[in-house]
Amino acid sequence: MTNRAEMTRRDIMKSGAAAATVTLAPGVTLMAFGGTAAEAAGRADAGKRWGLLIDASKCSPDCNDCVTACKTENGWGKDIESDHISPEQAPEWIRKVTLRDKTTGRTTSAPVMCQHCEEPPCVDVCPTGASMKRADGIVLVDKHICIGCRYCMMACPYKARSFVHEAITDQPEQNPRGKGTVESCNLCAPRIDSGRIPACVEACEKAGHSAILFGDLKDPDSPISKALKQYPNAALREDLELNPGVRYTNL
Amino acid sequence: MRLVLAFLAVFGFAGGAAADGSMPVVPAATGDPHPEGNDYWRVHHMKMLLHDRDLTMRDGVRNVMPGEEPIQASLGECFDCHGVQDEAGAYVSYEDERHFCRVCHDYTAVQVDCFMCHRSTPSDTTAHRTMATPDDPSSIEAYLARVAQEMTE
Repeated sequence: MTNRAEMTRRDIMKSGAAAATVTLAPGVTLMAFGGTAAEAAGRADAGKRWGLLIDASKCSPDCNDCVTACKTENGWGKDIESDHISPEQAPEWIRKVTLRDKTTGRTTSAPVMCQHCEEPPCVDVCPTGASMKRADGIVLVDKHICIGCRYCMMACPYKARSFVHEAITDQPEQNPRGKGTVESCNLCAPRIDSGRIPACVEACEKAGHSAILFGDLKDPDSPISKALKQYPNAALREDLELNPGVRYTNL
Repeated sequence: MRLVLAFLAVFGFAGGAAADGSMPVVPAATGDPHPEGNDYWRVHHMKMLLHDRDLTMRDGVRNVMPGEEPIQASLGECFDCHGVQDEAGAYVSYEDERHFCRVCHDYTAVQVDCFMCHRSTPSDTTAHRTMATPDDPSSIEAYLARVAQEMTE
């Protein structure tokens, strides 16, 4: 499958490249074929959409392993990064949130990171195109063209994005990051591209909780799709209709 | 264009003229030479890096699939061969004027922005450069198999 022009209808279906049909009016349809040669070769694959299902009942309020693993994998959270700013402004890709029901006193705990929306507001507002969504649904910042305006930080309803305020060195090779750009959870895109699960998912499983389920939302037979179909679950701020790739259950 | 000519001038004479101190001395590299040859790299390295950064970042092409068209230039791998060590044997970062990139870029007064975000020394971890095998416990395949087993139990 070298040339898109040579692709047959069958090839397109087999490659998993997205074929979307939108009915505009009775008898009038708009068809769009997504997928470049790169996607067909199994890279950021438009036939997939990576997502997470977080089970708050399995998440321990005392455990912070997902956050620690993310810091190690992606290199954020060193003291030098928040030397001259208040703690709320410090880079934060993932955080633990504890909810408490005022009436019953029941507390639940869950990690919150970029929710990888299908309709990401951060991408809508970005003036340079740096804030982007990959073909496989991962939302991330292309720091090569990010000008650090922080418009996306304001647009995000989940407070998922943060800004790098200090010059940093010795970044992990797979996650370049630097002063003057916005960043957020990228679902460990470099790990996914090399066939590995995100660092938080791995850490949660190692801690014995397995509260974060990772998988392909477009594959009906994947464990995450089956679990979503079987158990009640919710997206955060469902009223905004952003269709996040990260979903919660037992919250 | 003038910069490119300046580069050519620098490297064209680097061999002979370096000794008198008028030209930068390019630090020697380890490993196999580039198949395209040094002259090609000296002229085109910035274009190769610029092209591949979009391929990697936006399309998720990371040259890890066996039999794939290789990425020509991956910044992370430059320093596997082009790392420069100081007297104590530690690799110098871009802060140090002996750094491989700085030797020529200082001479030609061309600013490099790469290292505002990218690390400028060899990496300790290189796991992400190779595709995970199914028996690797952190691979997606092994993970999904574990989860599927749990769900049936």
